[in-house]
Amino acid sequence: MGKPSVWSSNRFWRRSATWVTGVSAVLLILLTFDSMSQMQMGTAQDIKNKVDKRIPSPLVINYKIDYQLNRKRGHEVPIIGGMDANGNSKYEEKEKFFGRDNYSEKEARELIHLGKLTIQAKNCMDCHTLLGNGAYYAPDLTKAWLDPNWKTLAPAYGGKEYAMATFLQNPPAMAMHERKMPNLGITKQEAKAVVAYLKFMSAIDTNGFPRNFGKIKGAVDAWK
Amino acid sequence: MHGSKLYEGQKLALKYFTVAIVLFGAQLLFGLFAAIQFLYPDFLFGVLDFSINRMVHINALVVWLLYAMIGAVYWLLPDEAGREVVGVKLGELAFYVLTAAVAVVVLVYLFIQIGPGKESTIWFITEGREYIEAPRWADIGIVVVVLIFLYNVYATVMSGRRTGILAVLMADLIALAGLYLAGMFYTDNIAVDQYWWWWVVHLWVEATWEVYVAAVGGYILIKTLNANRKVVEMWLWIEVAMMFGSGILGLGHHYFWIGTPEYWWEIGALFSALEPVPLVGLFVHVLYDWGKERGKGNKITNVPAFSWLTVETFGNFLGAGVWGFMHTLPQINLYTHGTQWPAAHGHLAFFGAYVAIMISAIYLAIQGKAGLKELKMTKAGWWAISLITVGVLLMTVSLTIAAYVQTMVERGMHGATWEGFFAAQNNEWFWQGICWRLVTGIMVIVGYGFLVYDLLTCTKKQPVKESEAEVAAAAA
Repeated sequence: MGKPSVWSSNRFWRRSATWVTGVSAVLLILLTFDSMSQMQMGTAQDIKNKVDKRIPSPLVINYKIDYQLNRKRGHEVPIIGGMDANGNSKYEEKEKFFGRDNYSEKEARELIHLGKLTIQAKNCMDCHTLLGNGAYYAPDLTKAWLDPNWKTLAPAYGGKEYAMATFLQNPPAMAMHERKMPNLGITKQEAKAVVAYLKFMSAIDTNGFPRNFGKIKGAVDAWK
Repeated sequence: MHGSKLYEGQKLALKYFTVAIVLFGAQLLFGLFAAIQFLYPDFLFGVLDFSINRMVHINALVVWLLYAMIGAVYWLLPDEAGREVVGVKLGELAFYVLTAAVAVVVLVYLFIQIGPGKESTIWFITEGREYIEAPRWADIGIVVVVLIFLYNVYATVMSGRRTGILAVLMADLIALAGLYLAGMFYTDNIAVDQYWWWWVVHLWVEATWEVYVAAVGGYILIKTLNANRKVVEMWLWIEVAMMFGSGILGLGHHYFWIGTPEYWWEIGALFSALEPVPLVGLFVHVLYDWGKERGKGNKITNVPAFSWLTVETFGNFLGAGVWGFMHTLPQINLYTHGTQWPAAHGHLAFFGAYVAIMISAIYLAIQGKAGLKELKMTKAGWWAISLITVGVLLMTVSLTIAAYVQTMVERGMHGATWEGFFAAQNNEWFWQGICWRLVTGIMVIVGYGFLVYDLLTCTKKQPVKESEAEVAAAAA
């Protein structure tokens, strides 16, 4: 009998396991550093300089937000404050949000903060998905701000932010489906903040998810 | 094991298993409520809304699996190390603290449910983050309890026999515990929030839990088949290399659409496509060992435990491997992300990968507690494994059909809007899938009834063994 093969040696496999795990973990940590640097929330300065951030500044609530195909990237991207000839955000066209389009950075951040806390405190994620993660009992909220359904309801409430906030404060009263959302005791201020968060979230660059949002010709209520 | 003499650590394991099985029942009950609400939205509306039932459903699942996982470690630890668990009294105290904390959390979930949009809600009511909704105070409690558990494990192994199985478990448990910390902070940035949230969820269920299962599965093979330890441990190291090698960077498949850079498409696709490979290995290994030991004329000394282990390897491969792979590539995931697809995959994967092996470990403990050399499958045990396994399989098929419809109608035809969502939910084929999910869910609950009955009675229904007859004769 010759020497036992290395392939049936526990020591060899133990070392392999340790190395593979170590290298994978180091790679993940390095990638995480890079991802985190790309995922920091934008600032007023970024808006001023027209710099696209994956997670934009909360100040985007002052702007018109759209979701359009970007030829270069091959999928839809958020368009903030109007689109230029190259299909990029212009950060120019403003849009009134609860009657104002001049929220300061501090005000906008405070709204986003309250909105996110409310979203967690009311457990939204155990019925809805946000960025596609959560439960599958109710519609995805990633681009809820841009949903054609709110556009339809907007005129009766003086703007879609008002329609959304009214809905949130007493959903059964405005039930749009047999599977209705319960009344979660959301206050007026919380509702405004949640709507701000939804508007902000619709401006997050999600690499084209969801695809063709609201744009399919022939679908009920399709835009454009 | 000699006779019915148990280590104190093993007695503690039995306590963990008992709570685990009770919480398993809670998981099924609240899953049933949620399944009914899909069909009859007014059922318990305003009392126990879907969000609450669904939260308790998945939290009970995670917590009972953790209880069973801790229990299985306390069970095998003294047996493997060849000595009593060090600091077992402290471990016992931790058990009562944890159980009291879980009870409080559940009561708050059920009776307070939600809070105002304030930090205090995050600290005392719910964090509102799927799977890890437990409020922050409970997070800190869990960390303390887990530190005690880790002390028990490390101190015992350091002063006892250090087997390969224990070496893997020691490394794995510290990673498992450490990862929980990644889910314990608040941020306004939802993309960063979900990035770290996945560190807990993915690196638990697709990395550290899988390695845990490979280690405990190895132990069960040795116990039920008398499999060769050297071979089992060699396989275990290969499994660890493959699971961590694919699972750690496989995390990338959750980073396609949450505001993360595009390079995760390639990384996530490549590594998550490799994730089924070790699961095939696990499956092949169990069947191979079974055939080999049978060939030698060896008997299976615990038929229910071995059967559940077989279900585990098959279910893990099918549920986590095949059903995971079906929607893991970004080209497909763009349309399936956030639909019933992950629900179909999740049900079979959690059952196949974790539920089945924990039931297997519990049967092993039941046998040990009664001091039986052999444990045969009873009628009730057979009904339990059949109803639960077939029930979950059919449930997965039902949800998959619903998922197809949702993907085609909501995402394909309607472009993912509110209107599209309900167009899919109202679709007859979707609705049929959801109906069958309820029917198959009831099947699983009946199976659970058989399981509880069998766990309580199976040791008393065994054919009388020679050894016992001898003992009885000697006593007389």
